[in-house]
Amino acid sequence: MTAPFLDTSPPVSDEIRKTTCYMCACRCGIDVHLKDGKVAYIEGNRDHPVNKGVLCAKGSAGIMQVNAPSRLRAPLKRVGPRGSGQFEEISWDEALQTAVDWLAPLRATAPEKLAFFTGRDQSQSFTSLWAQSYGTPNYAAHGGFCSVNMAAAGIYSVGGSFWEFGQPDWDHTKFFMLFGVAEDHDSNPIKMGIGRLKERGARIVGVNPIRTGYNAVADDWVEITPGTDGLFILAMVHELLRAGQIDLEYLARFTNAPVLVNADPASAEFGLFLRNDAGKPLVIDSASGTPMAFDSPGILPDLTGTLTRDGITHRAVMHQIATRYLTKEYAPDTVADRVGISAERIRGMAAELARVAFDEAIEIPQPWTDFRGTHHASMTGRPVSFHAMRGISAHSNGFQTCRALHLLQMLLGAIERPGGMRFKPPYPKPFDAHPKPHCQVTPGKPLDGPHLGYVTGPADLALRPDGTPARIDKAFSWEAPMSAHGLMHMVISNAHAGDPYKIDTLMLYMANMAWNSSMNTRGVIEMLTDTDESGNYVIPRIIYSDAYSSEMVAYADLILPDTTYLERHDCISLLDRPICEADAAADAIRWPVIEPDRDVRGFQSVLVDLGARLGLPGFVTEDGGAKYTDYADYIVNHERRPGVGPLAGFRGEDGCGQGRGAPNPDQLNRYIENGSFWMAHVPAEAAYFKPWNTAYQDWAVKIGLYDKPLPYLFNLYSEPMRRFQAAAEGHGDRQPPEHLRERLKQAMDPLPIWYPPFEDGAVDTDAFPLHALTQRPMAMYHSWGSQNAWLRQIHGHNPLYLPKNIWDDHGFSEGDWAQLSSAHGAITVPVALNAALNPHTVWTWNAIGKRRGAWALDKDAPEATKGFLLNHLIHELLPPKGDGLRWANSDPITGQAAWFDLRVAIKKVPAPDAAQPQFDTLASPVGQGPQLLEQGKKS
Amino acid sequence: MHPAPSLIIFTTLSGLGFGLLFWLGLGYPDVSGWVAATFLGLGFVLAGIGLGAAALHLGNPQRAWRAFSQWRSSWLSREAVMSVAALSVMALYGAIWVFAGERLPILGAIGAALCAATVFATAMIYAQLKTVPRWNSWTTPALFLTIAAAGGAALASLVFLAAFLMLLGGILQGVAWVTGDNRAEKPHSTIESATGLGAIGKVRAFAAPHTGENYLLREMVHQIGRKHIKRLRVISMLLGYTLPAIVMATDPGHTEAAVALASHVVGVLAGRWLFFAQAEHVMGLYYGKGQSDQ
Amino acid sequence: MTTLPPCGTKKLGLVIDLDTCVGCHACVVSCKGWNTENYGAPLSDADPYGANPLGTFLNRVHSYEVQPESAPTQLIHFPKSCLHCDDAPCVTVCPTGASYKRVEDGIVLVNEDACIGCGLCAWACPYGAREMDAAAGVMKKCTLCVDRIYNENLPEIDRVPACVRTCPSGARHFGDLGDPTSAVSQLVADRGGFDLMPELGTKPVNKYLPPRLKDTLAKAPPKAMPTVNVDAGGFLGWLDRALDSLPGKGE
Ligand SMILES: Nc1nc2c(c(=O)[nH]1)N[C@H]1C(S)=C(S)[C@@H](COP(=O)(O)OP(=O)(O)OC[C@H]3O[C@@H](n4cnc5c(=O)[nH]c(N)nc54)[C@H](O)[C@@H]3O)O[C@H]1N2
Ligand SMILES: Nc1nc2c(c(=O)[nH]1)N[C@H]1C(S)=C(S)[C@@H](COP(=O)(O)OP(=O)(O)OC[C@H]3O[C@@H](n4cnc5c(=O)[nH]c(N)nc54)[C@H](O)[C@@H]3O)O[C@H]1N2
Ligand code: SF4
Ligand code: SF4
Ligand code: SF4
Ligand code: SF4
Ligand code: SF4
Ligand SMILES: [Mo]
Repeated sequence: MTAPFLDTSPPVSDEIRKTTCYMCACRCGIDVHLKDGKVAYIEGNRDHPVNKGVLCAKGSAGIMQVNAPSRLRAPLKRVGPRGSGQFEEISWDEALQTAVDWLAPLRATAPEKLAFFTGRDQSQSFTSLWAQSYGTPNYAAHGGFCSVNMAAAGIYSVGGSFWEFGQPDWDHTKFFMLFGVAEDHDSNPIKMGIGRLKERGARIVGVNPIRTGYNAVADDWVEITPGTDGLFILAMVHELLRAGQIDLEYLARFTNAPVLVNADPASAEFGLFLRNDAGKPLVIDSASGTPMAFDSPGILPDLTGTLTRDGITHRAVMHQIATRYLTKEYAPDTVADRVGISAERIRGMAAELARVAFDEAIEIPQPWTDFRGTHHASMTGRPVSFHAMRGISAHSNGFQTCRALHLLQMLLGAIERPGGMRFKPPYPKPFDAHPKPHCQVTPGKPLDGPHLGYVTGPADLALRPDGTPARIDKAFSWEAPMSAHGLMHMVISNAHAGDPYKIDTLMLYMANMAWNSSMNTRGVIEMLTDTDESGNYVIPRIIYSDAYSSEMVAYADLILPDTTYLERHDCISLLDRPICEADAAADAIRWPVIEPDRDVRGFQSVLVDLGARLGLPGFVTEDGGAKYTDYADYIVNHERRPGVGPLAGFRGEDGCGQGRGAPNPDQLNRYIENGSFWMAHVPAEAAYFKPWNTAYQDWAVKIGLYDKPLPYLFNLYSEPMRRFQAAAEGHGDRQPPEHLRERLKQAMDPLPIWYPPFEDGAVDTDAFPLHALTQRPMAMYHSWGSQNAWLRQIHGHNPLYLPKNIWDDHGFSEGDWAQLSSAHGAITVPVALNAALNPHTVWTWNAIGKRRGAWALDKDAPEATKGFLLNHLIHELLPPKGDGLRWANSDPITGQAAWFDLRVAIKKVPAPDAAQPQFDTLASPVGQGPQLLEQGKKS
Repeated sequence: MHPAPSLIIFTTLSGLGFGLLFWLGLGYPDVSGWVAATFLGLGFVLAGIGLGAAALHLGNPQRAWRAFSQWRSSWLSREAVMSVAALSVMALYGAIWVFAGERLPILGAIGAALCAATVFATAMIYAQLKTVPRWNSWTTPALFLTIAAAGGAALASLVFLAAFLMLLGGILQGVAWVTGDNRAEKPHSTIESATGLGAIGKVRAFAAPHTGENYLLREMVHQIGRKHIKRLRVISMLLGYTLPAIVMATDPGHTEAAVALASHVVGVLAGRWLFFAQAEHVMGLYYGKGQSDQ
Repeated sequence: MTTLPPCGTKKLGLVIDLDTCVGCHACVVSCKGWNTENYGAPLSDADPYGANPLGTFLNRVHSYEVQPESAPTQLIHFPKSCLHCDDAPCVTVCPTGASYKRVEDGIVLVNEDACIGCGLCAWACPYGAREMDAAAGVMKKCTLCVDRIYNENLPEIDRVPACVRTCPSGARHFGDLGDPTSAVSQLVADRGGFDLMPELGTKPVNKYLPPRLKDTLAKAPPKAMPTVNVDAGGFLGWLDRALDSLPGKGE
């Protein structure tokens, strides 16, 4: 017999439209194949700087997201009690009028009574502008509960962070150490990078209590005990210093190690830098031995400099580094037990790091010139690199731990050098070049400036005249002084408690706060539905924009239904969270590759409309008319500074402007033609040493990243932190409340330290001996993956994974259930064995558990019957200390939610009918999905 | 393997039907006229129900005719061809027998051989599968053939022969269980060979590729408790072989014979259920379903 | 076609690197996306939003834990699709000839127009590489993207299986394993690529690359670094001396 005829060249699709993925925040380029005007297949865009053609599971499943039955269909007005899920569909006119009726009077009287918080959207430069024009200080995105420790520690220490803005030099690194990463925002780039390291045979070390995913392919696994990374890192610092294996030249030239610090405890300036009249920190020039401004041409600063001036001794930062970290406190033998890694292995790891950094140093024959005018014949590199994410940042000691990691990198001379960590534009950028937080409210007027920023000391805090927090989330208050991203996880809790004050309207966008993105989910649900004496909701009004029938929808009074990511314009801007790579500045757009088939509107366009209806400056023309027709119009025509707008590419009348140029009416088309992104390559001479590299600085100015060159020194020693510490010691006129003094004195140490996670001190660790963690599954995105028919077959429920010792001790076997309890609550869940796990740790996948009735899923969907959230065990506050105060379960410096501090106890229990706790079934505003899918069926 | 009722019924009833036709083809029992017609009818109906049940098992029964094409390599195709050939020959033989009152021994012998071949082909569909070690043995066709012959003999009122064949069937069933258990306990394939990871150490399935079910798990992974197995084996042995063999050996009357036959069928159904339910497919190794952890 | 063709020289297949696969399931979903739209009937999903969703997939990623004698447990992600066996039992058992192995490149396919959905081929496959589609009643399996790899409507660079094109970590390689000089054959030779269940004699074309040696730093930690000689002036004294050797110092 002969083989049947087979057409091996069938037509693939009618048309390809290139846009940007939004199945997660990684922002890969996609080729959307259309057949008969419908999405037929999605694959990666090969030309795209982020993913270069590859696509993750979520990205490939986009078609199931765009067709999901859970999509909201029209604006909704709540008709049942909050939390019932009972709604009535209304027109957009009615919806917008309702919003205006609520918001306009507030703006005229007390704009701070609107709290507007956004989730993982990528239009923060736009939403913040809206909030600023409205005049409320209560705006932030989700960074505070996500990874602000990482972002803030990076920016304060080295002017850029791992979080989205830094990446290892995948092409040259020989030793890559990954701390606390399961997936990261840079999902595909990290996987591609790991693949490249594997190709070259570079060593990958995974530091993680759990050995899955990236940590499973790592050559070496450091099964660290949660919350102790800071100790582990500082012990390696101790080893490097003890052995003198540090990059002295790098430290001298590019960090503040040689900067002179006031060393006189009696002085009011104790701990602050010695500066010249222009405010520049001073160093001792090693050639002349004289103090000079750090950036003086041609100097080589002296790391051991000491200077006595006016009777006060000043010593180089390096003195403090040496004295602090050489002490026994940080010796491997001291920390080993706590960290769960033997002293021998810690010493070995440090030795290997040093060996690769110094014995395998690399050199790229590329001359460059630094900011002091010193010419370098080549670019030398230490091929050791690090990357870290929430595993170290989502702890109450996370900020200092992230700082410790940057300290380690700096001592090795491994940032912005070949083989080390590289920044992606718009970074590097020194912390003091960022805006500072603003909170000055004037009814009927815009806020006095941007909400978020980087404080340099107590003077920059967002406090009201009486010293209490100006913001509802208490960001930039003494409770969280350096909270660069705000504290979204505290908004509902504080608003409910009226601490620091009550609000009227809560407006949320793209954040499932009634479920997986809140700590203490049940508590938050109760706060959202709680009523006062007169029967009114304690949080009177809630406006929410979601695209799908999420749990949060049920708790809002007015729903503004969004489009899906293939149905709208979006802008992934250099003003915000762009798609840059270390070698290129790049930004991107989304555009409606298909038209919505429902009565929904892109939320940004809705904000543009609301802005005009509310008459917000920046959204209305001089004659009071709408300034922009929609978000697309805004993207093209808004200018942040003259010539600089949301999109950097194809600017100017002729579309040739790169970074700078007048608005170009054809800009979006030019993006679409170019695959929906724009990219400008970093010149070869500017590729490394960016913070100090004249060529890079000039290039950055040219493309509009900043207006003048901004060379700076890395901060081993953080002067802003010292200012807060000094205030806690009693210096200065802005003083912290008494109850925070001691905590600030300790936490605000200007050099990295380690202290135990707060929960360890707040609960009985004998009663709750275990650590409980979550990890992101690579094939799921938070709550929004479960509505996806393909992805939910991969992760339809989540077991609690237990290490072998606990498994055996409690006599667990396959199919068993356990009760897991914390100081705050208990859950009952299915268990499974995971031998490649730290012996004191249990974990589960994040956000798989769903509430019955949400997401257009069957009420008996496994997500609801077996899936569960760990969030029920995590509280936004620490257990009461008996002082009547509300102590946030957050990092004391940034307010980062301490998700991973959780301590638990486990007990075997008989299997219940369903995972506990269960909640009432939500009514679905969108009905339920079909019984059968045959995607691609030929009709 | 999933003990699909259609397959259990198919193999049992068609075995019985072809078993009866086999003896009819060989000239037993010595009857004629409507009695012969009844015997033939019974054989055809049983074989027919069995084949019908098998067709129901198909995803696209309307294309079943295609199954006749691959007799050169496929036991399933051979079974299809053989069964149609057997039924055709037996139909011709039966027609001549019933209507002309003539039993053509050569035609009958050919028909009988084809009936035996059909049962053999059915058995070989299972026995050929290296992927199911429990089935992959000479005992599978031996047992299928013996059971078919025994049930057929009982139906054909060849009571002593039936008694002997039931005894033999019981022995073969015992041998099949014991050797099958052995193969299952010392499998050629292990999770280590399935994954190739044995060189590193002991392998354990950590997480399945999907949290729900899929075709493979539904079709090829079926777990039953050891206790359950023991009980069913005893039932199958007693009802399927011991009891009917004893009854048949006593030259029973019609009622007793009918009860014995019914007992045999129930016992065989139980045995067939076990045949499927207990059989582990090596594919299960990928899902961490060990060959020996029943 | 039920009988196997004489072995051709061209043997297209996949090489999967277990040292690199991070278990992201990207290959699973891109495979689903491509194949539900292309070759044969869609890959249906029954009860897609219900209590017991059950869909057809041609590629699945397992995870295993492996416990070495005396070293930490390892976790290995393990993608698996049809291995396009040279001695494919799924082909010979097929009663209709729907299952066949292509002479020209060794790809094992199901001609869905001839498939009666008896399921026997899935029983015969040791690897769990075939899934019957519940809606279409026909057998589904990896096609090695036969409608991509020769597809003249695709740019040449894209004429690779969907799963290979998408794999973010580059753990999947596609090529001619019949040609000992091909990149994939070289990879197999260099890294000790192996067969799954070789004892069953199916002679799979697809190969797996073993994980590299792990935890060497834990098993034999490098020696601790010697302490610097700090006799005069302690650490800072050492620092001073060390600094003297820097270029630009005291010029
Ligand atoms: N236990 C535990 N909890 C955690 C974490 C953890 O590690 N452990 N991680 C925390 C972190 S870091 C984060 S960032 C949060 C994430 O939590 P969330 O920010 O709440 O993320 P999602 O669950 O994805 O919810 C976002 C909402 O956006 C909606 N949405 C999706 N697409 C669109 C769209 O196009 N338009 C609009 N308007 N809405 C859309 C979704 O339907 C969903 O309701 O979870 C936090 N929660
Ligand atoms: N597929 C997918 N991708 C995503 C998301 C998603 O939901 N799905 N969410 C996105 C979002 S919002 C974020 S914030 C990022 C987060 O990306 P990741 O930072 O990778 O987030 P997590 O999954 O929370 O991983 C935390 C990791 O830290 C480890 N860990 C916990 N405690 C410690 C510790 O004390 N020390 C060390 N060393 N490790 C520890 C955990 O085991 C886990 O592996 O992912 C983004 N990307
Ligand atoms: S990582 Fe995946 S989901 Fe995220 S943008 Fe890229 S392809 Fe889309
Ligand atoms: S796409 Fe690549 S890395 Fe991801 S599971 Fe598949 S083979 Fe592994
Ligand atoms: S892997 Fe299975 S389906 Fe594929 S050729 Fe081999 S036996 Fe057949
Ligand atoms: S299911 Fe289809 S391909 Fe498989 S053996 Fe039966 S007819 Fe052949
Ligand atoms: S080769 Fe094609 S059909 Fe086979 S697993 Fe890969 S994507 Fe799926
Ligand atoms: Mo996040």
